[in-house]
Amino acid sequence: MKPAAFIYHDPKTSKEVIELLSKYEDAKILAGGQSLMPMLNMRFVVPDHVIDINGVKELDSVFDNGSSLEIGAMTRQSNLSKSQDVKTKTPIFLEALGNVGHFQTRNRGTIGGSLCHLDPAAEIPCLMAAYDAVMIAEGPNGLREIPFSEWPLTYMIPSLEPDELLIKVRVPYWNSHHGYSFVEFARRHGDFAIIAVAVLIEMDGKTISRASISVGGADIRPIRLFEAEEVLKGENLDVRVFKSAAEIARKVDAMSDAYVTSSYRQRLAATLVERALVQAAERVSRGEN
Amino acid sequence: MPDYRNINVVVNGVKHELDVETRTSLGDFLRQEIKLTGTHLGCEHGVCGACTVLLDGEAVRSCLMLAVQANGHEITTVEGLAEEDGSLHPLQEAFWKHHGLQCGFCTPGMLTSLAAYLGDNPEPNERDLREAISGNICRCTGYQSIVDAALDAAKKMRGE
Ligand SMILES: Cc1cc2nc3c(=O)[nH]c(=O)nc-3n(C[C@@H](O)[C@H](O)[C@H](O)COP(=O)(O)OP(=O)(O)OC[C@H]3O[C@@H](n4cnc5c(N)ncnc54)[C@H](O)[C@@H]3O)c2cc1C
Ligand code: FES
Ligand code: FES
Repeated sequence: MKPAAFIYHDPKTSKEVIELLSKYEDAKILAGGQSLMPMLNMRFVVPDHVIDINGVKELDSVFDNGSSLEIGAMTRQSNLSKSQDVKTKTPIFLEALGNVGHFQTRNRGTIGGSLCHLDPAAEIPCLMAAYDAVMIAEGPNGLREIPFSEWPLTYMIPSLEPDELLIKVRVPYWNSHHGYSFVEFARRHGDFAIIAVAVLIEMDGKTISRASISVGGADIRPIRLFEAEEVLKGENLDVRVFKSAAEIARKVDAMSDAYVTSSYRQRLAATLVERALVQAAERVSRGEN
Repeated sequence: MPDYRNINVVVNGVKHELDVETRTSLGDFLRQEIKLTGTHLGCEHGVCGACTVLLDGEAVRSCLMLAVQANGHEITTVEGLAEEDGSLHPLQEAFWKHHGLQCGFCTPGMLTSLAAYLGDNPEPNERDLREAISGNICRCTGYQSIVDAALDAAKKMRGE
């Protein structure tokens, strides 16, 4: 018996989940369990109540509303990769999801779980930063929309009240010819990235009209490189321009830990930003999307 | 106060109905309650893959699921891969032939993971297979013989 004793609840609707969250002081939501179960097994977290939301069917959905993709919090990572809307409208997701753990963990792990766990190096939050996605939470007072830029409060803490539940995330589409690339560097396949980079670009004729660059793993939350995005705007798809964007990535705020220094993270960020831009440019030129 | 639930699960085709303490992992439940010790628990925090079982046909880590969450579902463990008459699954045959195991600790997780993977991806190349078992740690073989066995099994399963 690994986890300490708790009382198990299996509500069927989000309303019931919120009631339980309001009622119990020390309750933890259990989604895919791929991050929470290890912490329960090791007794890093010892909640009195575990609220299993795997039976809340309304949270498991992928919906194309015409201008955005709405992804329910309980959507499994493996199911999202199978969605036709993802393949055609947000193909960068496929590239990123392939790096989220292993196929066995993706069969259980969810989109909402990753966004609430908020590991600094996690791929899904890095993507949401690139897209300026909107997080939709529900609490006793109804729904609340939180732009991703305000979602991480600090290290691994999302902007959620104790009685709130993440319901879904809304990902606004880029135009149908956008270029994209997700690249990361990890010591072994399936490990959390040391640095992950998501790039999106849109063109107006031969020049870049819009760009988004998000870097995960450098700091405690994904960072958008707004300055580098500005450098790209109005320019042609030119490696020299990509290199100047990469130089900005080299100055990104980066943490040090026992294995990786901040300057190593910065050098990786520069290399990967350039690599991602080159790939996104190739895709946009080939009209591959 | 221990918290118990009554659950119904089908394990390798056999129905079980019993009371479990809700904090019991699926892995512990299979080994200690159902007495199927083929499923191995290595790290118990999701990293080694030895505990992999099939939940309604999909590979999952049994140390990261509660037994109560398997209520109403079908589980296949490594004991359920061979036919009822004892004839081995093509993967088991191939592991035997290619020495895909030494101590055997990782083997149940390798076999269940690969059985699910080959079901969805009948024509993998070596690279695909290395990615497929990237979440299964083996301290003995160096993986080469496992990859050889899986390539061979995939061929057999395609009828080649
Ligand atoms: C071997 C291994 C490798 C991994 N590698 C990676 C990797 O490379 N990249 C990566 O990003 N992740 C990785 N992960 C973690 C990933 O698999 C998890 O799926 C993810 O971090 C959490 O999602 P979950 O659905 O499993 O959530 P859970 O573990 O169930 O929950 C995580 C946290 O979020 C809270 N929560 C969950 N859903 C909600 C909700 N709807 N509302 C409010 N709170 C909620 C929970 O209370 C808990 O605190 C790995 C895991 C393992 C075991
Ligand atoms: S025991 Fe489950 S992954 Fe190691
Ligand atoms: S055979 Fe010993 S761990 Fe794989």
